[in-house]
Amino acid sequence: MSEYKKEGGMIRGIPHDTIESSLPILAVFVAILVAVGGIVEIIPAYHLEDSEPNVEGVRPYTPLELEGYAIYRREGCFLCHSQMIRPFRDEKERFGHFSLAIESGFDHNYQWGSKRTGPDLARLGGKYTDAWHIQHLRHPRSVVPESVMPNYFFLEERKLDTSLTKRRMEVLAMMNVPYSADDIANWEADLKAQAGVDDGDGEDDLRARYERKTWEHDGKVIQWTDSFEPTELNVRAFDGDASDITEMDALVAYLQMLGTSVHFEEGVDYYHDKFGQPYRE
Amino acid sequence: MSSVAKKEEYNYDIVKFCVIVGIMMGVLGTFIGTWIASELAFPFLNFDIAEISFGRLRPVHTNVVIFGFGGFLLYGGGLYMVQHATHARVRFEKVAWAAVILWLIGCLCVVATLPFGMTQAKEYHEAEWWIDIILALSWVCMTISFLGTIAARKMSHIYVGLWFFMTMLFMVTYIFVFNGLCIPVDFTFSYSAYAGIHDAMTQWWWGHNAVGFFLTAGFIGIMYYFVPKHANRPIYSYRLSVLHFWSLTFLYVWVGAHHLHYTAIPDWTLSLGAGMSVALIFPSWGGMINGMMTMSGAWDKIRTDPVMRFMVVALAFYGMSTFEGPLMGTKSVNALSHYTDWTVGHVHSGALGWNAMIAIGAMYHMITRMWNTEMWSAKLVNTHFWVHLTGAIFYITAMWGSGVLQGLMWRAFDEYGNLVYTFADSVAAMHPFYALRATGGFLVFCGFCIMLFNTLKTVSAVKAGTNVTLTAEARA
Repeated sequence: MSEYKKEGGMIRGIPHDTIESSLPILAVFVAILVAVGGIVEIIPAYHLEDSEPNVEGVRPYTPLELEGYAIYRREGCFLCHSQMIRPFRDEKERFGHFSLAIESGFDHNYQWGSKRTGPDLARLGGKYTDAWHIQHLRHPRSVVPESVMPNYFFLEERKLDTSLTKRRMEVLAMMNVPYSADDIANWEADLKAQAGVDDGDGEDDLRARYERKTWEHDGKVIQWTDSFEPTELNVRAFDGDASDITEMDALVAYLQMLGTSVHFEEGVDYYHDKFGQPYRE
Repeated sequence: MSSVAKKEEYNYDIVKFCVIVGIMMGVLGTFIGTWIASELAFPFLNFDIAEISFGRLRPVHTNVVIFGFGGFLLYGGGLYMVQHATHARVRFEKVAWAAVILWLIGCLCVVATLPFGMTQAKEYHEAEWWIDIILALSWVCMTISFLGTIAARKMSHIYVGLWFFMTMLFMVTYIFVFNGLCIPVDFTFSYSAYAGIHDAMTQWWWGHNAVGFFLTAGFIGIMYYFVPKHANRPIYSYRLSVLHFWSLTFLYVWVGAHHLHYTAIPDWTLSLGAGMSVALIFPSWGGMINGMMTMSGAWDKIRTDPVMRFMVVALAFYGMSTFEGPLMGTKSVNALSHYTDWTVGHVHSGALGWNAMIAIGAMYHMITRMWNTEMWSAKLVNTHFWVHLTGAIFYITAMWGSGVLQGLMWRAFDEYGNLVYTFADSVAAMHPFYALRATGGFLVFCGFCIMLFNTLKTVSAVKAGTNVTLTAEARA
């Protein structure tokens, strides 16, 4: 260490001796320098309008799907399953169209994941039947012998805890998720209607709320074109039992809607054109 | 560097506490790691218990090894280094103790909540908001005490190891606070303040800089004190340390974007991340070379001293994984490696090779100096070295093999343009690699058990007065 001290002083005109002899100077330099990269890489995406090209169809989760999302998070599914398809030929063949930024625009937090121990789930919705999902979640190896996924049969045995559902929607509405006061007030009716436990009484209201074309939040209106038909909601007893709502109902409802909101069309460049505008004309 | 008389004025109690807890965290973290690795090889090990299923337990492993083991090494090693390098007793001792106790409480809360599914679902930042607050308070206390001690230094210059440590303290505060911003739903659930691409970018700004600052800048700081001290040689180049300090401090921050190549993040951000990742090899290798060359004139020690060997091999792994990192940070390589086990292998070549080995070396060094004793068994230190190294190599090579194989299987097309393999085929192909990985992890766990046993024996020998004290030369 003695040699190191003697050597100190000017380095290419910079009085490093002064910097490293003063805690305040060193601290200020460091504090500023480490902040730069993050500021440059994170903040512009909020202001450049081509960061999140606007595409019609992406809506907030219904109360039941929202509970499914919470179970997906709770079980750590994202640690083995990504929800982000990259624009490669093999991924398109295997999983479908590459993921768009807007498709996870209401996910606080995002579920892209970083590892595929299992396949990507970004466009899982509608790919398999409910019965397949239930059997697969119960005992994955009974349908996919090579699988290393844990068994999740307990989801079927657990009644869905809905004590937080309303609060979840309120919290999301405080951020950028366009739930209206009406959506939040009717959370319970919508939840029951989608899980098919109300003999179909609330289905029309539920569809009116979540198949609508105008979403308003904080004065900002998302308006889809008249000719656009939003994806139909899945409304049924997902676990095959209409007598009560289980965690299986919620998770399958969530899995069955993944990636189904945007209607992809051949020949449309979803990457580049028409920023800020719906893609259909 | 300092006289023996001075050393008695230092607060070693707090460092001793951190080192012992740190080793225990190492045992626990590698045990859980071995368990979850085995679950992937043999899924029946989930035992149909939700709380120990892979998805719930994997964050417990990462948190215990990073924040438990790594954190207590940084706290203990940092407090040891700052006292020795400033010749001042740690300032605001109660604040420093508060930092250590809060950190322990935070870590225990993490272990107690994650298996029950209370997670923010942000990688390496899984703990819910109220645990974040405990950990953040601890970090602030540590910063106050650490900077306070530097301010009380008995010489004009601040030692280079302390610069790196300071960089870590600042940057980890930024990333931890901003990535942790959320709105709580209740004590068990919160929603991130960011969504979609913004959340992804903020997450990997955190994720890669937890690596870049917590596991690199902090550990480089540790290296800058313990390698020259243990080799009893001065740091090779002062100028190189200045250069690589400022460049590492500036560059690391940018590279998180390479975790998101080809995703929906704006392309300019990703290109910036890729470019900076490649550039990062220079500051990284600057540190590696400076550490390695410090061994000049003391290379004979790696033959006789297993602690020195831990440190040198750690530097070799650091050089290797910081070569691999820029490679994987480029888009074309990342297209293959992303989502595969290669990433896991890369992380573990850093974690088992670099972080764990420099930490273990520094811990053995501190134990012998603080208790003024030889280790109870020098042979066991040597055994620990070989067991750990073998385990690490098993682990890393298994993951390299499986990662590249996965990447190639996923993108294989036959002559008719159809995919050759189903996804399930690639999962089946992983089995032997997963079994080998679990074996490697088990060896690393065994190494930590040996270390804990040897350390406890050493401390009890000191208490019983049956130990061999260090020679004056070793104590200097």
